Amino acid sequence: MSRSLRTALLAGLLAGLLAGSAPALAAAPLELRPTPEIDLPFGDDIGFPAGPGSDVIASNCTACHSADHTLNQPALSREEWHAVVDKMITAYKAPITPEDARVIVDYLARVKGEP
Amino acid sequence: MPQHTTLSSPSRRGLLSAAALGGMGLLAGRARADTFDFHVPGGPSTRPMTTTYPEKGRMIVQRTRPPWLETPFDVFDTGVFTPNDQHFVSWHWATFPTHVDTDSFALKVHGLVERPQALSLRELLHDLPRFEIAAVSQCAGNSRLYAQPRVAGAQWANGSMSNALYAGVRLKDVLDRAGVKGGATHVQFGGLDEPLLPDAPKFVKALDIDHARDGEVMLAFAMNGQQLPMLNGFPLKLIVPGWSAVYWIKMLDDIEVTDHPDPSVWTTRSYRVPDTPNHTVEPGQKGFGMVPITRNLPRSFVTNLKPGDSVPVGAPQPVRGIAFGGDRGVAAVDLSLDGGRTWQPATLGKDEGTYSFRQWQATISLPARGAHTVMARCTNADRVVQPMRRVWNPGGYMSNQVETLDLVAA
Repeated sequence: MSRSLRTALLAGLLAGLLAGSAPALAAAPLELRPTPEIDLPFGDDIGFPAGPGSDVIASNCTACHSADHTLNQPALSREEWHAVVDKMITAYKAPITPEDARVIVDYLARVKGEP
Repeated sequence: MPQHTTLSSPSRRGLLSAAALGGMGLLAGRARADTFDFHVPGGPSTRPMTTTYPEKGRMIVQRTRPPWLETPFDVFDTGVFTPNDQHFVSWHWATFPTHVDTDSFALKVHGLVERPQALSLRELLHDLPRFEIAAVSQCAGNSRLYAQPRVAGAQWANGSMSNALYAGVRLKDVLDRAGVKGGATHVQFGGLDEPLLPDAPKFVKALDIDHARDGEVMLAFAMNGQQLPMLNGFPLKLIVPGWSAVYWIKMLDDIEVTDHPDPSVWTTRSYRVPDTPNHTVEPGQKGFGMVPITRNLPRSFVTNLKPGDSVPVGAPQPVRGIAFGGDRGVAAVDLSLDGGRTWQPATLGKDEGTYSFRQWQATISLPARGAHTVMARCTNADRVVQPMRRVWNPGGYMSNQVETLDLVAA
């Protein structure tokens, strides 16, 4: 171990002690602290604006991602929206029926607008 | 092109537009008091700020679930190492553990190996040589928000990038412990995240065997001297220095040595770019090949000034920023005040390693009142230079054109 590394290790150890928190990593041997169960604020999603098709897009899409994923997208053409929905079905295996896919594209074109 | 964002106090308009979207979350949710405005034409331009995600500080919410949390750009002016609690967050599937038992966690190494392994964290921490490296993690779609025309995908501004000093073990040492068999060509990586639906593709990525054994690709159990935040991949994350963050598998628990390239949709369908210069094509253009995204490209940003800032005319004005060279170090950062006709070198700050952010600074003087532009351009050690021409491709990936900052001299 080099002198500079030893100095760094010592400095790290002191910093950890002074901070009164987890010891700095460099203060080997490191042990990973067990972490408490984390609480994810997934309920903060804003949901889809109500209107024709909003129930269809919510029931088909929000199992995998929150509505803000979709609502933060730019305005896209119907062709582009169709390609997005098709990728969700064919690449990521979203079980969306052709009829629902049409309703979803209509909803997106209406709510998001076209460029 | 705006490269900064501004924080506005909770505005009535922001709250009203949130309500107009039919949402109650902004009002009923916890501690989402602020709104961030990217000032991007065409919208949606604003995002909520949050402090509600575990082990994370103030972050911009690009998506609630699975989380896409962007680093506010002002963080990058505070130093080259991004604080762990503001390191950006991106998950593909929402089903990942909210707790990892450090005693029973095991990293499996299997496939074309002589001795399949199930390595405990204790073994990784104590039985293998320790390795450290500084590296920028950048989402392949960083800056997609600024694509013109706009494209679908995570609407990141410039903050899906972060730099950290990682500590852990070399992947090479882990593979040597298992003993790679002859005929192995690739190594595939998976984490504890799982798709919700049984038919959906698990998120995996792969490297070729020589890259995996290059002595720099590593498994990190710490960043910036602390164990990883859960949302950044606790307890173990694959670090692929110089390569796109899509390869940096979080909660890494599975390493499979194989004799074939990655067959998953994450490489064969997603995360692909045109094989054209600067991965750039015209909208609607056909007849080009597509290749998987791999290495990062050089980029540079002004961090101490925002678009529209006013500076005193004729007076020395410090300009400061960060750059990274991609898969090579930063060789130079140059500034232009005349739209790229002439360039003057910036002074580079401390070299923290080939793959790290590097701070730079210069002093400019704007000679006349009115509007001016400042361009910052990084050249890496392979003499790869940021292009002046705007990068555009259908996926909105690998944007790295020279940034232009609009200032006003007054």
